[in-house]
Amino acid sequence: MSDPSALPLFSGTVDPGPSFADLLRHVAPHQLPGAGVNRETTNLDVPHGTTVVAIRFANGVIMAGDRRATAGYMIASRRIEKVFAADDFSGVSIAGAAGPAVEMVKLFQVQLEHYEKVQGEVLSLEGKANQLGQLVRANLPAAMQGLAVVPLFAGYDTARERGRVFSYDVTGGRYEELDFQAQGSGSIHARNWIKAGWIEGMSADDAISLAIASLFAAADEDVATGGPDLVRRIFPTVAVIDADGYRALVDDDVETRSQQLLQGAERGGRES
Amino acid sequence: MSMPFYVSPEQVMKDRADYARKGIARGRSLVALECAPGVLIVADNPSRTLSKISEIYDRIAFAAVGKYNEFQMLRVAGVRHADLKGFSYSREDVSAKELANAYAQTLGQVFTHEMKPYEVELLVAEVGGPDDDHAEMYHVLYDGVVMDEQDYSVLGGQAEQITEALKEEYAQNMSLGDALKLGAKVLGSDEGPLTADQLEVALLDRAKPRRAFRRIKGDELAGLLA
Repeated sequence: MSDPSALPLFSGTVDPGPSFADLLRHVAPHQLPGAGVNRETTNLDVPHGTTVVAIRFANGVIMAGDRRATAGYMIASRRIEKVFAADDFSGVSIAGAAGPAVEMVKLFQVQLEHYEKVQGEVLSLEGKANQLGQLVRANLPAAMQGLAVVPLFAGYDTARERGRVFSYDVTGGRYEELDFQAQGSGSIHARNWIKAGWIEGMSADDAISLAIASLFAAADEDVATGGPDLVRRIFPTVAVIDADGYRALVDDDVETRSQQLLQGAERGGRES
Repeated sequence: MSMPFYVSPEQVMKDRADYARKGIARGRSLVALECAPGVLIVADNPSRTLSKISEIYDRIAFAAVGKYNEFQMLRVAGVRHADLKGFSYSREDVSAKELANAYAQTLGQVFTHEMKPYEVELLVAEVGGPDDDHAEMYHVLYDGVVMDEQDYSVLGGQAEQITEALKEEYAQNMSLGDALKLGAKVLGSDEGPLTADQLEVALLDRAKPRRAFRRIKGDELAGLLA
């Protein structure tokens, strides 16, 4: 865009329609996530986000993530947030290169709101999930250079009146999960923990406990995942999405729930 | 060889202005009123689906009268402008004043350089946050003239009569219901105020945390008018 203060007007064929990402591609492509990455960009020790989970319960979904970002063997951040509201009824959580991931979330949030304002109606949950897939796919060149971003997307489907969970691969492949999914370096441990404890029709409270416990389990086995930090009082980020919309749990609430879990029956044994 | 007619610039501008004014006068009017909860926009619009009022950004609303396809295009351009700015800078850097200026630039440019001016009048309104009672209303004319208005703003062919009526009856810090009734009354005729199914109503609600814009319709609208 030559003059940033002028209105962006387009003639018929190049009009980006309701897509903010396409608009950005027209007027400021350098601001797209992953822009400027080329073949020389390899093996950067940039901060990476680690483990996030999404769990469907009776009336919606829970999203949760640990708080650690690692750059190689260094802890880059102890308090990073990896779970975000995408809009009123959906959330997105990220694993992978933190910089491009946060940019992608920001773009995705604007993308959904932009569509809503331009079209005067909200996208379906499936439509939102596909949009995120396109953003992940657009990041593929950066992913090939080690800056992969793999999100989880979950939301409350107001048309079908239930929670839904979607996962992605680096090529933008989109997969709907039946009940739960985990992503990131500790995901295999978190997923197994959830698998052992998940019950159809479980309550929000039980699903929150399961999410927090699964992240503790992942932190137990994976150095890149942050466990409960009792000294600094850092606990996972947790959000609930149901018919009332997206709401993030306040820190004190998560702390109370975490403390209860830590004082509860010991599971998983003292060894291995 | 044919000689082109000489037409004075004054005449050209006057003709264009007359043309735009006539187009705008054919449409229905709308009013925006500063009231206790924020800025209320009330439009004489019987359509359920084709809006004259819409959301631009967190604290900013857009309203227009005149030719639908033209203000629709300007509305979308405004949303794009605001979202681009908020994305590259920060959400708090998007302002109604800047947007009104961008509209004025475009309308002024088209008015002087194109064959046909836009037959539209626009309103860009903004409210502050929950603890901030400021509100701004920018009224942009078909030729790019911008007016910074206070208390109320009237757009459309019947603006003069409506403004006269508002001068008499407008009061600051009206409740939502009172402001709405006043809007319905001044947009109405001697036969009475406009009814719920003839109105499109939206509020920039100061109390809402991020996106202040909300439509008032259905039972809520009927209840407030009763």
